[in-house]
Amino acid sequence: MSSETALATGRRARGLAPFLRSQMRNIAPFLTLIFLSAFFAFASPSFATLDNLGNILTQVSVTGIIAVGLTFVILCAEIDLSIASIANVTGIAVAYFTLQESYVNIANIPLPGAVAIILSILLCALLGLVNALGLTVIGIPSFIMTLAMMQIAAGISALLVRGQIAYKVPDMITTLGSGSVSGIPWIVIVAAIMLLGGHLVLTYTRFGRYVYMVGGNREAAEYSGLNVKLILGAVMVISAVCSGIGGMLGVAHFGSAQQNEFDTYLLDSIAAVVVGGTSLFGGRGGIGNTIVGLFVLGVLNNGLDHVNIDSFLKILIRGLILLAALVINVYAQRLREKAAE
Amino acid sequence: MTVGQQPILELQGITKSFGGVEALRGVDFALYPGEIHGLVGENGAGKSTLMKIIAGVHSEFSGRFLIDGKEMHFRSARDAHAAGIAMVHQELSVAPDLTVAENVFLGNQPTNALGLVQWRRMAREAGEQLARFGIDVDPMARLGDLPIGLQQLIEIARVLFSGARIVILDEPTSALSPPEVERLFATLRRLREEGTAIVFISHFIEDILLVSDTVTVFRNGRKVAETASAATSKGALIEAMIGRGGEALEHSYADDLMLPQPSDSKVVLRVDQLSLSRSLQDVSFEARAGEVLGIYGFMGCGQQELSRILFGKLKPDSGTLAVDGTRKTFASTAAARRAGVALVPESRRDMLFHQEPVYKNISISILDRISALLLKPVQERDIAKRQVDQLQIRPPVVGLDLGMLSGGNQQKVALAKWLTYPPKLLVLCEPTRGMDVGAKNDVINIVRDLRTKGLAIIVLSTEPETVLSLADRILVLKRGALVREFRNEPVSKDRLLEAA
Ligand SMILES: Nc1ncnc2c1ncn2[C@@H]1O[C@H](COP(=O)(O)OP(=O)(O)OP(=O)(O)O)[C@@H](O)[C@H]1O
Ligand SMILES: [Mg+2]
Repeated sequence: MSSETALATGRRARGLAPFLRSQMRNIAPFLTLIFLSAFFAFASPSFATLDNLGNILTQVSVTGIIAVGLTFVILCAEIDLSIASIANVTGIAVAYFTLQESYVNIANIPLPGAVAIILSILLCALLGLVNALGLTVIGIPSFIMTLAMMQIAAGISALLVRGQIAYKVPDMITTLGSGSVSGIPWIVIVAAIMLLGGHLVLTYTRFGRYVYMVGGNREAAEYSGLNVKLILGAVMVISAVCSGIGGMLGVAHFGSAQQNEFDTYLLDSIAAVVVGGTSLFGGRGGIGNTIVGLFVLGVLNNGLDHVNIDSFLKILIRGLILLAALVINVYAQRLREKAAE
Repeated sequence: MTVGQQPILELQGITKSFGGVEALRGVDFALYPGEIHGLVGENGAGKSTLMKIIAGVHSEFSGRFLIDGKEMHFRSARDAHAAGIAMVHQELSVAPDLTVAENVFLGNQPTNALGLVQWRRMAREAGEQLARFGIDVDPMARLGDLPIGLQQLIEIARVLFSGARIVILDEPTSALSPPEVERLFATLRRLREEGTAIVFISHFIEDILLVSDTVTVFRNGRKVAETASAATSKGALIEAMIGRGGEALEHSYADDLMLPQPSDSKVVLRVDQLSLSRSLQDVSFEARAGEVLGIYGFMGCGQQELSRILFGKLKPDSGTLAVDGTRKTFASTAAARRAGVALVPESRRDMLFHQEPVYKNISISILDRISALLLKPVQERDIAKRQVDQLQIRPPVVGLDLGMLSGGNQQKVALAKWLTYPPKLLVLCEPTRGMDVGAKNDVINIVRDLRTKGLAIIVLSTEPETVLSLADRILVLKRGALVREFRNEPVSKDRLLEAA
């Protein structure tokens, strides 16, 4: 997308230094990834193995699926704080519509698998639509709107499971979430397909261009006669649906559906997108960045396990890395503006 | 008058390039205290670049930079500010979310012993300063809510009263109407008396000749002439700027001009009894196919609001719009565009994507016509290339980020955007703002060409020249109401000013 054109023109019209400066947003996360990988490979012999690569891929899959939609949202300079809650409620819903073992004490409504899946997707799409309407029609800032939705979705989850745990989901979801084909986990394949799909939409479709333009300068997008509200609304729905899919597969992957199961995914998904270099101010970045961000996070989480660090320290280290990424994100924006001035 | 005096600022052999492109080549420039120094040149000639070097915005360049005879090197705008240099940039650079008072005091708000901002004092002093400049505005209003011309005036006021020894004004009058321009000039003369050195960039040669003591002409990154204003003429300056006879290019519109017989072609737009709180009252008019309707008025007369209503960006309190005889209430700009209306607003910042390449800026408004689902980058570039050639946008590289173009060339891109598949009704706000004489001429020709193709065109401007050079029929808007229509009769700059 725009990074390719920036590459082409960048080489032609300016020197190397300004070019590197303007590309800081793409380079820095990549260097971080290489550095972290090298560090852990050096620190632990069990890190740099093919098996462990498989582990990392599996570990970041659910985050990856959720992050696809979130990338769209952040590219539009909005935020979605309800992703983890929506993932949770969708995962619970798909279990709620599935026949559970007799010892599971939930007053659920068993339906055929396909119907359960469709209803669950409709549910998350509906929640996304509520986000969209709140943001565009009423004009509530996305930060607040999705904060409310976070509570609403958590409330629906609570009402559905009432503190209990459900285990069964439709067979198709079980396969996609925890099965594998010729050694490759299905969930990795689904994540890869969704990331690829997101990339193709953002790079090669008209809608994708509009997302970048709305994020780059919303006022200008409106003066160009784009339907900005429609685009923002669509992006919120996409985010919710990606979260829902991540939630359903996640439930199958974890083997159970319960309240608060996805809480860490909110921060992880935002971190993946932002660490990857997608601008919080909108209009810059993309799925490519998100993939790098996912790997940075995956390598970090997984690597810390290999080097046997105090697990409480781990939390702090992750926080610090996130802070560093935010600093780079904001700084990259300034450098770019400077290079362009 | 400045003979024998030491220059306050002296630049020697300044060369500046952006990557491979040389924006300035070996420029010498001297500025004396108590002097108003005019700067003219075509779009992209390098005027803004030189001024940004002086103001510390561009810190990498080659050549010598002397202040009061001492060699200096600014690393940032802050350094320049500390040395007593203040600049009004061509692109409005105010903080729209802050209040008027905060903008006036940007960076040096009065504080009390505890370091807290003294709001009341700040508001009072800001109000006084602005009043001295003839601006009557609530100091606690949010700046972004004011019309763009007023924002520009406030920015100018801030710089003029900042106490700087060197004041640089890069096209400050482009958003102002004649009374404000006069006030600005009076203030500049007063500052000159006090010994301030002033650089004044403008594409209005008459203004330059009127107010400046010395004029420097730029062409292609070089200084090609420097003379006393009294010793030159408009024609000579234009010739130095563009290298050919300028007389034919610029009309002064002092004499009467005969407006043509009004056309009786199809009515494309009918506006009926449009009102908007304090901005517009019962505005009714129509625009016809193949006609250029000019709407003239001073800043704040409601032009901006009117144009936004036509494009669905603002909703009127009452009144109706009809396009091609069908009544419309535009729910969004998208709806207006679908109905065949296009708007070029006066502010480039609102209109363009500075971080995106030129071709994406041009193709954005027609993407849905060339691609249903997938983008067609090759076709996009071709279309953009054609527009870039037709409007002679410099440099002619469609892949360049828009932010790298000079101000006037950005304005051309804003126009190019709507020319590819022309709409039924084209609304142009200040279409020639920031353009050099040659480019203005190009725009005039393009608009005439569109008119013969049968478009209805509305040109809104606070510059009499713009309206006079383009319009077949002229409406005068005064404090939100239409007060006069010129049709099939003689009109001149003075007659327009009188009506407004
Ligand atoms: N940040 C930048 N990166 C690359 N090129 C630039 C940049 N800024 C200016 N230029 C180029 O330098 C040249 C001079 O631009 P400059 O803005 O000084 O022109 P100008 O005389 O002020 O024109 P205008 O009347 O249109 O404002 C132009 O060719 C422009 O494209
Ligand atoms: Mg300029």
